[in-house]
Amino acid sequence: MTASQPTAPSAPRTGPPEPIGPPPRRSGRPYGEWLLAAALLLPNLVLLVIFTYRPLLDDFRLSFTDWNIAAPVAHYIGFANYKTWWHDPNSHEVLINTLIFTVCAVGISMALGLALAMLLDQKLYGRNLVRSTIFAPFVISGAAVGIAFQFVFDPNFGMLRDILHRVGIGVPDFYQQPGWALVMVTTTYIWKNLGYTFVIYLAALQGRRADLDEAAEIDGASPWRRFYKVLLPQLRPTTFFLSITVLLNSVQVFDIINVMTRGGPQGYGTTTLVYQVYRETFVNSKAGYGATIASIMFVILLIITVIQVRVMDRGMKQS
Amino acid sequence: MTDQAVTGVDVDEQPTGAHNAEAASFGGIGMQLAGYVAMFLVFLLVAAPLFWIVITSFKERPDIYTQPAQWLPAHPTTDGYHSATTQIEFWHYFRNSVIITAILSIAKIILGVISAYALSLLRFPGRNLLFLIIIAALMVPNQITVISNYALVSQLGWRNTYQGIILPLAGVAFGTFLMRNQFLSVPGEIIEAARLDGAGPLKMLWRVVLPMSWPTLIAFSIITVVNEWNEYLWPFLMSDDSRTGTLPIGLTHLQNTDGITNWGPVMAATVLAMLPVLIVFLALQRHMIKGLTAGAVKG
Repeated sequence: MTASQPTAPSAPRTGPPEPIGPPPRRSGRPYGEWLLAAALLLPNLVLLVIFTYRPLLDDFRLSFTDWNIAAPVAHYIGFANYKTWWHDPNSHEVLINTLIFTVCAVGISMALGLALAMLLDQKLYGRNLVRSTIFAPFVISGAAVGIAFQFVFDPNFGMLRDILHRVGIGVPDFYQQPGWALVMVTTTYIWKNLGYTFVIYLAALQGRRADLDEAAEIDGASPWRRFYKVLLPQLRPTTFFLSITVLLNSVQVFDIINVMTRGGPQGYGTTTLVYQVYRETFVNSKAGYGATIASIMFVILLIITVIQVRVMDRGMKQS
Repeated sequence: MTDQAVTGVDVDEQPTGAHNAEAASFGGIGMQLAGYVAMFLVFLLVAAPLFWIVITSFKERPDIYTQPAQWLPAHPTTDGYHSATTQIEFWHYFRNSVIITAILSIAKIILGVISAYALSLLRFPGRNLLFLIIIAALMVPNQITVISNYALVSQLGWRNTYQGIILPLAGVAFGTFLMRNQFLSVPGEIIEAARLDGAGPLKMLWRVVLPMSWPTLIAFSIITVVNEWNEYLWPFLMSDDSRTGTLPIGLTHLQNTDGITNWGPVMAATVLAMLPVLIVFLALQRHMIKGLTAGAVKG
């Protein structure tokens, strides 16, 4: 912990390259600046160390214990929790749920966000109203959206039932059938968060170089070719940024699942990794096991993010 | 992502010299018409659930369960709102939300600004390492920290207290990153001139750097307020009832009070919980968008 003290004078100068900004300035009072910097950074660093980094490390320690969140004593049990997780058939269901939810949430919200951004980038009357409407759900709390969408999906009296009934189609029981429950939760998540990918793609579209597209059009390139060869490469930095942030956000979704399904129906129907962490730790009181799942999740996320950043760097160099 | 200057793009304004080929790819009347149809469908898809929530909140109890459903209530009533605010201690939850959001937001904005100032305008050893330590916190999911934090806060006897909810959430990574990039984009000559005029570090922050950073600061503030208002997992674990519970937690209690959900009051409470952030959003959406897109879009 001492290594992260802000006052450590021997700390190496690693980290990201210096951003474009004003050149280094000389000050007559370096010692005074050093003290001031310590005073300004200390509160934030202390909070992050105590409440973010300490628990992260503690989580790995707890994952090797049988700690019950109510009991004060925890015993070291080696890799037993990891073995339990690996052999638990529920874990496989949870992993598959997480995979389906994440892939759908990331894929659909990014594709739809780009399509909508392209549509509403056109000169259409009323586009500002529609832009605001798409973005509005993003600011509403996930708990409120979850509760509201329970009634939207209600198989007996809900909005979806009413609409489909008028067209002559029945609705599945979204609350009882695990597959449909997962569809319900995923749809709700996408509805709420679509505004994010939409707005960021829209901003990227407005910052692009339109002359390239015009040149391609004059050269007789087809719309599909122009999209694929001219537009997408220009949007690459935005796409990579979104793929990382949307992935991290969607893997962590808790409020919607807790409010709508509590991880059910039928056992683990909509339980994702994050929800399993909560369930084992706070519902089943097996905090050591919960910490194990949290550790596994963190390692998976870290690996995926590192790969994404690598791919991004390579993509940037090529273009 | 780490070393990009802030490029706030206001979505409703055309950046100069960049984008001027609108409608070029949407040539014919047919395409134009298809555009309007698509836009209308999208509008319906997003707005219909919101409309459904609002009309349900004004329906009388039997009307909610009438089939086929009424899309305009036959007998509009505010009974739902009355029950919503009396069945649970709605105003307690509301008050808690306001207090926690206000304290957390102010703390985060101050911490973010002073951290960013130190990291961008002061020179000291280990600066880049400390920057890295702060922004790497963005990578740590809440769900991993809650187990150990729950134990710590419980040991301190801080469950069901404001400090138990607020302190673990008060560290600032995103805001530090955003404000640092903003401060770095202030021209060096201006800083140098102020320094020659004898401005001390605090005067520099207050009189020179901050006044040039209002748009980013406002964006950061709005995003912070909206996020804290919607915070769910940690307050949910920390609070058992209306003493410290926030509005999203109060909502879920409303839903669980009896076996069969009475949707009218639930939807009314949902509307009441959504309204404050929606108003903030409608008034200040441009600023919010600027904060979100900063760093995401290559300028």
